Amino acid sequence: MGKRSIIPYGPQHPVLPEPIHIDLVIEDERVIEAIPSVGFIHRGLESLVDRRDIHQLTYVIERTCGICSFGHGMGYCETMEDIFGVEVPKRAKFLRTIWFELSRMHSHLLWLGLLADAFGYENLFYQCWRIREKVLDLIEMTTGGRVIFSVNKIGGVLKDISPEHLRLIDSSIDDIKAELEVIKKTFIEDSTVQSRLRGIGIITKEQAHALGCAGPVARASGIRCDMRKRGYEAYQFLDFEPIISDAGDCFARCYCRLMEVFQSIDLIHQAIGMIPDETDISIDVKGNPTGESFIRIEQPRGEAVFYVKASGKPHIDRFRLRTPTFANLPGLCEMLKGAELSDVGLMVVTIDPCISCTER
Amino acid sequence: MSVLKYAPEALKNLFRPPVTTSYPFKPFEPADRTRGRIEIEIDQCIGCGMCVRACPSSALTVDKNAGKWTINRFDCIACGFCVEKCPKKCLSMQQFYQEPGPEKNEVTYTKSPEVLAEEARKREEAAKKAAEAKAAMEAKKAAEAAAAAKEEK
Ligand code: SF4
Ligand code: SF4
Repeated sequence: MGKRSIIPYGPQHPVLPEPIHIDLVIEDERVIEAIPSVGFIHRGLESLVDRRDIHQLTYVIERTCGICSFGHGMGYCETMEDIFGVEVPKRAKFLRTIWFELSRMHSHLLWLGLLADAFGYENLFYQCWRIREKVLDLIEMTTGGRVIFSVNKIGGVLKDISPEHLRLIDSSIDDIKAELEVIKKTFIEDSTVQSRLRGIGIITKEQAHALGCAGPVARASGIRCDMRKRGYEAYQFLDFEPIISDAGDCFARCYCRLMEVFQSIDLIHQAIGMIPDETDISIDVKGNPTGESFIRIEQPRGEAVFYVKASGKPHIDRFRLRTPTFANLPGLCEMLKGAELSDVGLMVVTIDPCISCTER
Repeated sequence: MSVLKYAPEALKNLFRPPVTTSYPFKPFEPADRTRGRIEIEIDQCIGCGMCVRACPSSALTVDKNAGKWTINRFDCIACGFCVEKCPKKCLSMQQFYQEPGPEKNEVTYTKSPEVLAEEARKREEAAKKAAEAKAAMEAKKAAEAAAAAKEEK
């Protein structure tokens, strides 16, 4: 048995996109235990609830994350709509769904690029981000922002998408799909990619279940959980099945996310085909409500949980957001056990960590 | 399964034009809806303060009497909520971004002297009318009281 030593890994590390710190207990080149610590970029967003009113909070909470911002804003609005007891107009539901899926596409493409970068395939990294840029352009065209959409409000959405823009989205995502096919071939068939991803960082179905993994990490281990199946917003009208893989390794996680981009394209097509031709995109809510609500939505990184308690005051009493990365950290520590030191960076990337969300 | 799956595409890329634009030689093209920075048509503003109450980052202040509207552009997060809330629709989102600067300074917009003078005149008129109305009310009340007193006698 070799001598044990501890390597501090992060919060600043070339391969880490986000500031997480992990103490790696290693023996020779093998990781025996991984002890994570978070809290480097805590911003106290949840405590802002007593200084910002319920409508302003939409914009504050949206800024929890720079990548899955839309989902956070939408989750909060849904929670408040539940407390107000209002139903959002149908067109707004479809608009939200389209924007949510566009944000999932750009998040997954960003991640695929980061993954390619982590296993040393620079060229692939550039290509993923080049395609992502097209998605960002669509988002900017329809919302005015590239990563922060600011189109949600309690009771609906602020902006409509014109029929021409809907048609443009419809055709643009087909172009994106064609370009993705090329990248998909590389990710799925290239043997250099396979050799870096297959059989590494395995989480079995039982482990994923016991550790409470969420989102693509859980689905890559064969757990059929996708909060979109809950049928919120327009998902109740759309036809889709969660993408699942059984292997539970880094490749399975890559596969799930890659296929989810295609799924998002399909969902956007469906949503554009079904969007009702109404003019109502929001309803006004008035006053300060009383009640509490608990909503779960599927963010690109997994299940996010929103909780709001309001008691008739201009400021809500409590807001809580459980982010998907928080749920995936135990899974990460489990998969790091027994890993080669050189694979650690790759494994951290495969849970798609968003530490800024986690620390809010 | 093979090695160099991407090689043909990578080779093609050698002959494709770049996808990036060479900013600043080629200017940035915003979308119609691009949320850049807030502008105000100050003469339209009625100083109601709706924008101030809406702003999540407390970037705005309004002084109704002096006809001043102040924004700290470096605090503004370009959410566009003030534009949404303004009852006079005098706020708008420009498509260009705030330029960087050495300090977080505020910009104050003041109404033009003519508009201010006009408003002052209107206020005075309104005050005069209110005073007249009040005087008339009081006179009426006094007359009624006098009539009531007469009847009692
Ligand atoms: S855009 Fe948003 S942050 Fe900026 S001044 Fe208006 S309300 Fe405030
Ligand atoms: S909401 Fe509009 S009218 Fe009212 S103070 Fe602000 S800018 Fe002026």
